[in-house]
This record gives sequence, C-alpha cells and structure tokens, in this order.
Amino acid sequence: MNDNRYTTLNLGPTHPATHGIFQNVLTLDGERIIDTEQTIGYIHRAFEKIAERKSYYQITTLTDRMNYCSSPINNIGWQMAVEKLLGVRTTKRVDYMRIIVMELARITDHLICNSVIGVDSGALTGFVYVFQEREKVYEIYELLCGARLTTNVGRIGGFERDFTPEVIKKIYEFLDHLPKVLRQFEKLLLRNRIFMDRTLNVGPISAERAVNYGFSGPNLRAAGVDYDVRVTSPYSSYDDFDFTIPVGSQGDTYDRFCVRQEEVWQSLKLIRNALDNLPEGKYFVDVPEFYLPPKEDVYSKMEALIWHFKIVMGEIGAPVGEIYHSVEAGNGELGFYLVSDGGRAPYRLHFRRPCFIYYQALPEMIRGGVLSDAILTMSSMNVIAGELDG
Amino acid sequence: MDNTFITGKLKTRFPENILAVDEHSDMLTVVVAKEVIHEVIRFLKENESLGFTFLTTLCGIHYPDQELQLGVVYHMHRFSDNTRIRIKTFLPVGNPVVPTVTDLFSGANWMERETYDFYGILFEGHPNLKRILNVEYLDYFPMRKEYPLEDPTREDKDNRFFGR
Repeated sequence: MNDNRYTTLNLGPTHPATHGIFQNVLTLDGERIIDTEQTIGYIHRAFEKIAERKSYYQITTLTDRMNYCSSPINNIGWQMAVEKLLGVRTTKRVDYMRIIVMELARITDHLICNSVIGVDSGALTGFVYVFQEREKVYEIYELLCGARLTTNVGRIGGFERDFTPEVIKKIYEFLDHLPKVLRQFEKLLLRNRIFMDRTLNVGPISAERAVNYGFSGPNLRAAGVDYDVRVTSPYSSYDDFDFTIPVGSQGDTYDRFCVRQEEVWQSLKLIRNALDNLPEGKYFVDVPEFYLPPKEDVYSKMEALIWHFKIVMGEIGAPVGEIYHSVEAGNGELGFYLVSDGGRAPYRLHFRRPCFIYYQALPEMIRGGVLSDAILTMSSMNVIAGELDG
Repeated sequence: MDNTFITGKLKTRFPENILAVDEHSDMLTVVVAKEVIHEVIRFLKENESLGFTFLTTLCGIHYPDQELQLGVVYHMHRFSDNTRIRIKTFLPVGNPVVPTVTDLFSGANWMERETYDFYGILFEGHPNLKRILNVEYLDYFPMRKEYPLEDPTREDKDNRFFGR
C-alpha cells in the first residue's frame, strides 16, 4: 500500500456528526472510504460490574443511562426481567400503562433518529418541528415520575403512582397533535427528491448479513426480516393489541428512515388503544419485598415501615435462578441476562445492548462509499453512545 | 421445537461432550465441553432441523469456587418458531482458551472482544482480539470476582450488614 495515496481522517471522538462520543479512524482515497477502524468505550461506566453490588431496585437507575433517548423502555425492561426471576405476574392495568409509557419512549427515540438523518443531510427544519413534540412527551414523563431524561420510571411490580387525569389528558393531547406534525415532517422529507437521492442505496445491508451480525430492531426490519420481540415473545400484554410491523427491503438508509417513521404511526395507534381500554385495577402488584411502599404508609403503618427499611438497606435476597428477558427497545432487542445466587444483588448481569452489537457492521456498510454517505449511514443506525458503551 | 428433540440431536452428535442439560430454567440450557464448543455452535446453526441462526448474546461469567472457573455463555435464537437456547462452556482460569465463533457469526467479533476485555478469556482464531471498552493499558480483567467494587481494606463498614 502506497502511504501517500490514502488519507487518514479521525471522525470523532467529539465530532458533531457522531452524535455521541465514539471515534472512527477512516482511511480515505480522495472521498472514497477504503476502510475504517472504530474506537469505542469513551463513556464506559462499568454498569455490569456496578450491578453486582446494587440491590435490584437500584439497578433501574443504571439502565436509564444506556439508551437515554428512550430510558423508560430500559427501566421497564429491567423491572420485567426481575419480575420474571421472582415469578411475579402483573395486572392488566400495569401492563397497559407500561405499554403506553414504552411506546411514548419509542416515539421520542424514532423522532430523534429520523429528524437527525434530516439534519445530517442538510434539512434542519424537520428536526425543529419534531423536537417540540419530544418536549411534550418529556412533560408527560415529568408528571409521571418527576424526571425527564433519565426517568427511573416504574418499580419492580408496577408503577410508583397511578396515571393522574392530567397525565391522561396530556397523552390524548399529544396523540391528537403529533399526527399533524408528523405529516408536515413527512412532507418535508419522505418524497423529497434531494433527501431520497441522499439516502436511497446508502449504507445498505442484506437480510442475511444483518442476521449474521446480530442486528435487531428497526435496522433489521429495514433489511427485510420481520423480527420484533413485541410479537415473537409478547411481554406486558402486547398480544392484546393489533399492530403492524413495518418491514423494508433494501436495508439502506432510506428504508431505515421509513421503517422508523411507520413505527411511530403504529405506536400512536397502540397508545390510543391502550389508553382507551385502560383496565381498572391496581397500578402495582403485591411484591412487598421489592415494591417500595407509598410514603404515607411508611409514616403511618408499621409493616410498610419495615419493608421500606428492608428494601432501602438491601436486606432482601432474590430467589436463585438464571433468566434471560428481552424487550423491543428503540434500537432493537434489549436483553437482560440475569444470574442470581440468592443474594441481594445479581451474581451476574449482562445487558444485551443492541447498539453495541450492530454498530460493528459499520465498516462493511460504508466501505466503498463516500464520506458524506457514511455520516448518514451512521445516523440512520441510531448509535447511542450510552448504550454502545454500557 | 421441543427440548427433547434438541437434546436428542445434540446427544447423538456429541455423545461424550454434552456435560449437563437443564430444562428448569427459562430456556433449555446445555453445558458442553470446550473442545467441541465451536462444533456445537456450528451444528446448532447449520443443521437443517435445528437452524439457530441468530446469536443473541455471548458473555462471560466467573465462578471462583469451581474447578473450571471461567464460563462463556451463548444465547442462540431460532426465529421461525421463537426457540431460544443457552449454551455454556467452562474453562480453567490458568488457560482460558476457547475457539472463536466469529467465522460463524460476524456479530460475535465485538462480543468476544468484550468478554476478553472483562474476563480475560482468549478466543483462539479471533481476527482482532484486543480490549474494546476499557483502556488498552489496563493490566487486569475487571469483571472477575477477585476485584471487588469497593476497597477491600475498608474497615468502617461491616459487610455482614450489607449483603455481599
């Protein structure tokens, strides 16, 4: 290899187009990409190690910080994993409330990803439109749990509080308003000649390679594989609902954009269905060993005080067991492999982080293309640094 | 697909190296000898009647009290009827070498690097086995159980009152 022929370019770690802290060392021939080497780990926080000392309810706060664009899915996914280990069955109301919160999170995740594809192809306007809508979802989170980005929403066994009438009103307002914005957004991009030229056949991957790489979520479905955890292993009563799984064919940037866009429409439908049919009942189930009792009970009832103390001090062990639980997160199959030896903390907890697994396919997807296409491919894969590094 | 069919297939193909089968967990769990781990994964992936074509995760685990301390856990998935299987193999801590499965699953590349990074398990034949999340000059494998999160010399805290 003639050294003078190729240029080395450092894309990242703090490049605006990576939308997170990770590095690509590109070898370029003019503008063509010959090869790339990825460096990751800049915000690695050793969650798996920390989790080995945290009691179960404390790990929820660690999961927020993985995919921070849709933290409720991580939180609830983890809580469901623990419930699976404990053998707890939640009520229908809890399930439906979870679906509503998780689908809201999926909408924000996809909105950000898709509008950022627009930004990276030079269309900033759409981003501003939908970012306002994300703000509304964050206001709903605030009413639900008091937090916006790292939500820590829900508890093992359900939710810390019920949906208030105001939350329900806000969600309905959001459901009524988002379609208008979404249609405007789609008018800007979906059949826009410039946008299509920039995204069609950019960073394609075949279905076979995508499965071989362990792709999941919208990126796998864009390649034409109809695998969605919500359908294959329905958790949290997803099987009560009727919704469509959009599938692409080329696995390119445009297909990934379209799949995410359609999933937002499907999520809207799911939320409305769940909210219209929200069953009566309790918003948590009876797992006193893990569900923090309401504060007013702690101050007035002996039993609640005891459980509160035992939970906070981490005196309660979980049953011995080994489970794998996965949910369909914004980026794909988010899995929790949990080994318990009966202690207060997991013996081993491994997070299957979808970003980490599919991001390694990037060199294969951008090789031979031009640099500006690589940027679009990267943003359409929706690599979230927090999830990448764990 | 039911578990007896899968275990039957595996036991016929590898009569001596299937060390344990557990059906009480949430999915079929099979412990195999490390000598055949690559063949078992290949068999599960490529045999027509099995067809576990998706490697969900690959991760390490450490049991300091066992003779073979280090473990590698593979989760595989068959999409057509949503069957999952968990394969484990255990290695001595003095010589933690196991063949790579990157030739079967491209996605195993980073998963194996991560496992090496945290547990020091060496994947023989891996194209680029180096640390991935930790800094390159780290000289130990942090997820092993001998590295506690807190300073072990600390005396002001009695661990009996705080679980593990």
